[in-house]
Amino acid sequence: MTTLTAAGPAPRIVESPAVRFAVRRGIRFVVSLWVLLTAAFGMIHLIPGDPVRAALGISASQSLVNSRRHALGLDQPVIVQYWHYLSGTVTGNFGTSLTSQLPVSRVIAQRLPATLELAASAFVLAIVIAIPLGTFMGVLTRGGRARRAELTFTTTSVVLGAIPDFVIGVVLVWIVGVHLQWLPVAGKSGLGSFVLPVLSLAIGPAAILSRILRVEMIAVLQADFVRTARAKRLPARVVYVRHALPNALTSTITLGGLLLSSLVAGTVLVENVFAWPGLGSTIVSSILAKDYPVVQGVVLVYGIGVLGVNLIVDVALALLDPRSTIRES
Amino acid sequence: MVAPITDRGSRRPSSATRWLAVLRTPVGACAGFGLLALIVLAVIAPVLWSARAGRTDVAAMLQGPSARHWAGTDNLGRDILARVLVATRLSVELALLATVIAVVTGLVLGTAGVLVGRRVGRVLAAVVNIAVAFPGLLLALFFAVIFGVGARGAVLAIGFAGAPAFARLAQTLVAGIEQRDFVAAARIAGVGRVRILLRHVLPNIAESLIVNASIGAGGALLAFASLSFLGLGVQPPSYDWGRLLGDGLTGIYEQPIAALAPGVAVILAGLAFNLFGESLAKGIGLTATLGRVPLGRAQRRAAPAEPAEPVADDVVLDVADLVVTLPGHHAPIQPVRGVGFRIGRGEAVGVVGESGAGKSLTALAVARLIEEPGRVDASRLRFLGADLLAGPPQVHRRLLGTSLAMVFQDPMTSLNPTRRIGGQLAEVARQHGGLSRGAALALAIDRLRAVRVPAAARRAHQYPHEFSGGMRQRAMIGMGLMGRPALIVADEPTTALDVTVQRQVLALLESIRRADGVALLLISHDVAVVGQVCDRVLVMYAGRIVEDLPAAELATGARHPYTRALVAAVPDMRTDLDRPLAAIPGRAPDPARFPAGCAFAPRCPLATDRCRTTEPPLETDERGRRVACWYAGVSEHVDPTAMTAARGGHE
Repeated sequence: MTTLTAAGPAPRIVESPAVRFAVRRGIRFVVSLWVLLTAAFGMIHLIPGDPVRAALGISASQSLVNSRRHALGLDQPVIVQYWHYLSGTVTGNFGTSLTSQLPVSRVIAQRLPATLELAASAFVLAIVIAIPLGTFMGVLTRGGRARRAELTFTTTSVVLGAIPDFVIGVVLVWIVGVHLQWLPVAGKSGLGSFVLPVLSLAIGPAAILSRILRVEMIAVLQADFVRTARAKRLPARVVYVRHALPNALTSTITLGGLLLSSLVAGTVLVENVFAWPGLGSTIVSSILAKDYPVVQGVVLVYGIGVLGVNLIVDVALALLDPRSTIRES
Repeated sequence: MVAPITDRGSRRPSSATRWLAVLRTPVGACAGFGLLALIVLAVIAPVLWSARAGRTDVAAMLQGPSARHWAGTDNLGRDILARVLVATRLSVELALLATVIAVVTGLVLGTAGVLVGRRVGRVLAAVVNIAVAFPGLLLALFFAVIFGVGARGAVLAIGFAGAPAFARLAQTLVAGIEQRDFVAAARIAGVGRVRILLRHVLPNIAESLIVNASIGAGGALLAFASLSFLGLGVQPPSYDWGRLLGDGLTGIYEQPIAALAPGVAVILAGLAFNLFGESLAKGIGLTATLGRVPLGRAQRRAAPAEPAEPVADDVVLDVADLVVTLPGHHAPIQPVRGVGFRIGRGEAVGVVGESGAGKSLTALAVARLIEEPGRVDASRLRFLGADLLAGPPQVHRRLLGTSLAMVFQDPMTSLNPTRRIGGQLAEVARQHGGLSRGAALALAIDRLRAVRVPAAARRAHQYPHEFSGGMRQRAMIGMGLMGRPALIVADEPTTALDVTVQRQVLALLESIRRADGVALLLISHDVAVVGQVCDRVLVMYAGRIVEDLPAAELATGARHPYTRALVAAVPDMRTDLDRPLAAIPGRAPDPARFPAGCAFAPRCPLATDRCRTTEPPLETDERGRRVACWYAGVSEHVDPTAMTAARGGHE
């Protein structure tokens, strides 16, 4: 901000907390992105030994290794490679797969939509379950009411929240796929194939989110402004949903963002449980095949996904609670 | 993977007793026992069952559970249960190893600021901040690429992936410790950085680190299972739970238990670590739980309803025998016990008394704002002729919403921070008046103008945090004016404001009262304010009204010793500034233990044995004044010097 104001008399718009927030948040996003790109670039160079030799195997001839190294630009000085990497990724050029010779960008374009659909549906499901459930449980158990319901809910949500998503996936495969034979357990074909992977991803976050929301609701319901809302004789539903809930959501959203980004990572495992044709199965097979350009590209996509989620969470927070734009990050 | 709990860091482990106390809670005991069992199993299982787990038996492939193989056999005829049990050691060992790497690396990164100076510390903090935003599994995959596929690579990967979370934790904890006096003192005394870190900082954050390491180990265990499940961790012929789970999944149609058994093991082990850490964390920040005693099923009304007296049209609020019951630590308490008063149209009634006298609860009770488990009983509670005790509160929603306005003490917290001021006012009219959004907002702006909020149209679009305290209180009053109030209940409306703003808000209430004939129930501990604004004053002590008198007579005509002591405690122009300010000796009684007899007796200079044993009734005199004191009449003729002790010298 100091550079902006030092440039001359600050325009009025810079004074607005919303604009200041946007500028600050934008800068943070760019810096994080740069760190991410550097890390993805450094990953290849931190691998002990020669990654091309590792990828092609011990039997490959030295001339093949050399030509592949040249093709990848690995024989150039590191700083030049770094520059090429940065300029390449900005223009959408992520390099070429060592095994399939396909452009990494094409591999990503093929695989990304399936992962996005999976993650987005799971997140929406988690929210759709968690917000009504957490709000309801908060209202039900406020001020130490309904002790038994609280105990049941807390225990269930703690246990469900602690089970890793891929274990839930395996259990679901066993119950629904093997036992009941209701739904497909592998691959992506039609809506039915979404049910189990989405459930495995959503159950944990839904349990954690609703638990947090309940605690937040209980705290907010004791706030003075809730008493004000009650003094206005608004119907209970309006007091809870319009007055209490938005205030309870602020910290829930912060946590929801963390859960969403770990949900993005969780897709890697769940995709491998259900043979889902997304980036998650690609990254694992590429790591095993030492196809480093693909790994690099996919890691970058996941990383950008996480940064994007964090950005969205901060913007949502700012919209929901205008005070959060004033707080220093 | 790691969910650091940072807010308990600043406490030092005072003794082992608190840690032991954790094991006495049900959850702590279960988790502790589970963890112990896990460790014992990790040590003995490979010794006992290794051979059995490795023995292939082509004659007994994919068998179901039997006496010989409790959990059946896998596709090579190996005993599944034995394999799961044997895998405990590798799974736990690798998880602990990774946790150690995470904690040590995190600690080095997080405390680097102390060792090498703040600037480096700040850069590291920024990097950690970025890294910590990425999920642990993603970081683990990233490092797994660098360190290679296999158990060794996975340990390093999960260890480094967990490091940013611990670094963040350490930074937060260190920041808390560094501001403490003893660190500053050590620094001034010239103690070296390493020594400060080892002697002063680390011991103070150790407790938090250990707790979080336990939770972190649970996370590492799951992360390891994940990597092995994906085929990136433990490689055959070794096996851990993740590996067994992955192998089991491929044959889940033939032998589901081969996938489920290691899954259950992962869940149980993860829970043991997690819950142990969580209950430790809870135990360290242990807060006493509030004892709750269920209220007896008392009758709805405290006393049998008196025959309805003919109520004159000009009575706005009529209360008799009001009792508020709240759950207490041991038994239900009654902070308000038998309060009765009437407020006429346009009349301003003040309620004064010390904190805990039951003033605010009385206000909330008459407004029907006391929620379960609190309970309100009364023999009469009528507002504008309607019996508020009849039927559920919803029945009177419209009447109370439009005719009874509430103004609360703290305007900073009484308005909803996430909603615009205009909207908060408008919703009253939308709810009770059925106005459209636009019409309601227009009315809200009009009301804001009426309470003299400048630039009301613009201000209506702002949020509470953009308003000053006085403006917020104006907005609160404006909110009450959205309907057609007959009574404004103002609970300490000016206490949180500074003196000039206080005046303005009181003047505003006064002008509304004069203009529209609105009655006012003003709760305040400030006798001077009540004396200026009100027609009549109710003095409350220990949940009862002890005196009811015209405000004009406060200064000279008070008959209850408590009222006089309150008045005497108000400094005025004649107060001698060289002497300590007057105060009423002693403390107001605890609502859980009201004394027998007159509650004020222990502090009263006139008290006799009669006062201490028998409670004086609230007597009404021919002028409508009420007082509850055995010596109410007498005290006026008693030698005034007897009161000086209580008044603290009002000369």
